[in-house]
Amino acid sequence: MPSPRTLFEKVWSAHEVAPQSADTPAVMFVDLHLTHEVTSPQAFTMLRERGLKLRRPDLTLATMDHSTPTRTEQVFGGAPITIDSAAKQIRQLEQNCAEFGVELLGMQDARRGIVHIIGPELGVTQPGKTIVCGDSHTSTHGAFGALAFGIGTTEVGHVLATQCLLQKKPRTLAVEVAGRLPAGVTAKDLILALIGQIGVSGGTGYVLEYRGEAIRALSMEERMTVCNMSIEAGARAGMIAPDEVTFDYLRGRPRAPQGAAWDAALERWRALPSDPGAVFDKTVHLDASALEPMITYGTNPGMVVPVSGRIPARGGDPVFDAAMKYMGLVPGEPIGDAPINVVFVGSCTNGRLSDLRAAAKVLRGRTVAAGVHMLVVPGSQSVKAAAEAEGLDEIFRAAGAEWRESGCSMCLGMNGDTVGKGEYAISTSNRNFEGRQGVGARTLLASPETAAASAIRGRVTDPREFLS
Amino acid sequence: MKPITVIRSRTVVMPSTNIDTDQIIPARFLTTTVKEGLGKSLFADWRYDADGRPKPDFILNRPESAGCRILVAGRNIGCGSSREHAPWALVDHGFQAIVSTEIADIFRNNSLKNGLLPVVVDEATHAWLLANPGAEIEIDLAEAQLRIDGRDPAPFPIEAFSRYCLLNGVDELGYLLSQDAAISAHESVAPDARRSG
Repeated sequence: MPSPRTLFEKVWSAHEVAPQSADTPAVMFVDLHLTHEVTSPQAFTMLRERGLKLRRPDLTLATMDHSTPTRTEQVFGGAPITIDSAAKQIRQLEQNCAEFGVELLGMQDARRGIVHIIGPELGVTQPGKTIVCGDSHTSTHGAFGALAFGIGTTEVGHVLATQCLLQKKPRTLAVEVAGRLPAGVTAKDLILALIGQIGVSGGTGYVLEYRGEAIRALSMEERMTVCNMSIEAGARAGMIAPDEVTFDYLRGRPRAPQGAAWDAALERWRALPSDPGAVFDKTVHLDASALEPMITYGTNPGMVVPVSGRIPARGGDPVFDAAMKYMGLVPGEPIGDAPINVVFVGSCTNGRLSDLRAAAKVLRGRTVAAGVHMLVVPGSQSVKAAAEAEGLDEIFRAAGAEWRESGCSMCLGMNGDTVGKGEYAISTSNRNFEGRQGVGARTLLASPETAAASAIRGRVTDPREFLS
Repeated sequence: MKPITVIRSRTVVMPSTNIDTDQIIPARFLTTTVKEGLGKSLFADWRYDADGRPKPDFILNRPESAGCRILVAGRNIGCGSSREHAPWALVDHGFQAIVSTEIADIFRNNSLKNGLLPVVVDEATHAWLLANPGAEIEIDLAEAQLRIDGRDPAPFPIEAFSRYCLLNGVDELGYLLSQDAAISAHESVAPDARRSG
């Protein structure tokens, strides 16, 4: 009898071109290489300088998302891109893809969007694959039972040239989530609570596997939100065993297997979940039924409290004190007192159709508070089209929010969509680091529901007030 | 890459925990298409005021930090974004080693590929380093030891392969390219057969 194996171990061993030895790391084959304009130019330059070819253009897919504009007139109307270096970077990606034969879902392509949103939409993200991208939120794709993680630009070059990576085998950490999420409590709250519990380096060196009743009950889009933020706990990858929810999502997607190939794929995918008795290096437990809507108050995603709670008091810890000074918040005070200037709904964490529906449900027939600027940025052009087809854009506009073209946008402010110095932003994105959304910007991370509720009141608000 | 053997330098100490790569190099500097020239933007939002003038009390702007090649940081430096621009900026500024008790995974990987040595030491050694900013110390890659005068050497973990590459100033791509036959063999097996494994 073979010994029971985890989901991670099954995917890992199926992709070992050469196993790890005392002297060398494992050589791991990559099934899907996603790439974008920001972390690829230097890798293409390396190929050119060393006279190397792209080994597997058929396993490489490019799009542009980070430094791209979100204003319609700039995406479709020919208006110039405001930041010259961003415009240059976008042109560079177009040239690199043309020269090396990479398929590019470019600026005006109806399938363009945030790289971690379009992979699943197209159906190229599949169970059992190894997926990499020069972006730390590649962990998103683990929601399908893929082993997916972010890499640096040197490694982007390695994959372009050899379709392989040198890897040290990570350890495994089981995240057992019991119970069911209560009404008004979301996948975003679940992952924020986990990061609060294990800390921003609690997952370093591990691949997480999210398990348990609460995880099984999540939709694919919710699972992606959970896996997306694995990196915020320090884990490069987070995985969820594929099941009927996964298969239902993928069935009929443009690049999912079809016909007999689909049946064969299903048979393979059904063998992927961790075997009963498989051993993880470590296990942590979380009770979903006890969770509340969560929000960050500090300068890393582990500094998080329930929306109904108070900012903790940890006087004397210089790092905590510095975070409070940056945030301009008072330890011990209710987080619900915090004022809001900007609301951002979008990003690879919460920029999918279900996220926009959730925000729209709260906002329908209501208006954004005076003085609050709300920006809604769909995660992809497909999400945008689907949202418009059901009138979500009208709900946002009627409430006083701006409705934009897709991209990373205000999550990291590379394209000029930024939060002003000293302003408070409730953001559905993934990082509340100092200056992440703009120099001096103060970010509070939360779910789309909490962001929308807070937009209405102009201060941090429990979304359950609007969901009864 | 230049080979690394022994790095002897005074330290620059930044005791903050969880220094993320957005602090090391803010996103607005990521629209570059080259690796060079990022050193001037290293820690930009901590280092310069709103008008772009150096803040005199920030550690990198102090005269004693000039020429230092070892950065000692609080626990978990390099968390967050996978941007390799972070080690590029540190190297461009002149750093050759980062010392902490924990170094985030992707940042550690990226550092190793750019001749920036990630050195994870024990709590006691780290506490001494934090308490003695500017101390002259020695990091010996061949021995995988951090040495402080008057103290026992502190060992640090480093994979054999990475150590070999750094000591010899060679990058990892050469080894990967040498695996061509094994990669082709892997590619020739149908994905169906592979993934059932």
